[in-house]
Amino acid sequence: MNVIDMIEEAEMKKDVPDFRPGDTVRVHVKVVEGGRERIQSFEGVVIGRRGGGTRETFTVRRVSYGVGVERTFPIHSPRIDKIEVLKRATVRRAKLYYLRELRGKAARLKEKRQ
Amino acid sequence: MRKAILGKKLGMTQVFDDQGRAVPVTVIEAGPCVVVSKRTEEKDGYNAIQVGFGRVKERRVNKPLKGHFEAAKVKPLRYLREFRLDNSADYAEGQELRVDMFSAGELVDVTGVSKGKGFAGGVKRWGFGRGPMAHGSKYHRAPGSLQSRDAARVFKGRKLPGRMGGNRVTVLALKIERIYPDRDLMLIRGAVPGPKGSLVVVRDSVKSKARGE
Repeated sequence: MNVIDMIEEAEMKKDVPDFRPGDTVRVHVKVVEGGRERIQSFEGVVIGRRGGGTRETFTVRRVSYGVGVERTFPIHSPRIDKIEVLKRATVRRAKLYYLRELRGKAARLKEKRQ
Repeated sequence: MRKAILGKKLGMTQVFDDQGRAVPVTVIEAGPCVVVSKRTEEKDGYNAIQVGFGRVKERRVNKPLKGHFEAAKVKPLRYLREFRLDNSADYAEGQELRVDMFSAGELVDVTGVSKGKGFAGGVKRWGFGRGPMAHGSKYHRAPGSLQSRDAARVFKGRKLPGRMGGNRVTVLALKIERIYPDRDLMLIRGAVPGPKGSLVVVRDSVKSKARGE
């Protein structure tokens, strides 16, 4: 096995749930606040995944008090405690950047039927 | 103690440190190296150790070199380099140098031969500004004025297009992020000169010594 792949595999998490762009997730992030560590969650729609191996990241978008907020997380970061998949949706592209232009009702996604 | 090791650059990746930060690292296969011979003040006028690294097919080694390796009773190695260490007396012929002489967190200097860029223009080679690319401009990436008209000649050392890269480059004070002694691997923070597969020299940092660490 390629040495670099070996190092990357050791860095990667094994318990990452399967999620895709369009899915609604809740990300539990460890934050250090005044020397104390606590868990904060960020909930929203995954609008894209990029990269591979240890470098893979995903972007979550939510609209908070009328302001669009996007956060990009490294999937394998130890700062991420847990990723929960709340809803799955059917989307037809890999990057949902078009959601940025849409508000309210128009920004909904078709939910995937189980 | 001053120390140095030869290695092969394998490529770059990213790992997470203990605080969860993503750190860019270069993976180096460092050692195992063998001290093949020694230079001494009395015999050669300076102190150094000659170190060999890398596997080589027996039939690829010519007779004079074979004799040289036999004298030290070591198997032929691909690369031979000298390290002028002030404590070279501490090393014995035939001694093996492995990654575990370094430890994570240490600062090192890494020397390699940079990637050849070929014949490069002034913009790439020296960071010259370029002219406008459009709006009727005909001055795009040319070097521009070479000096004042009164000089009536071009002074030596004028920065002009030419061969770029392929030089011996040393990057100072890089931190060792991790060591894998059982696989002879070393993860060094940041980039290191040269293409993948090239020979690099890793030695303990001169600068951190000067700071009195």
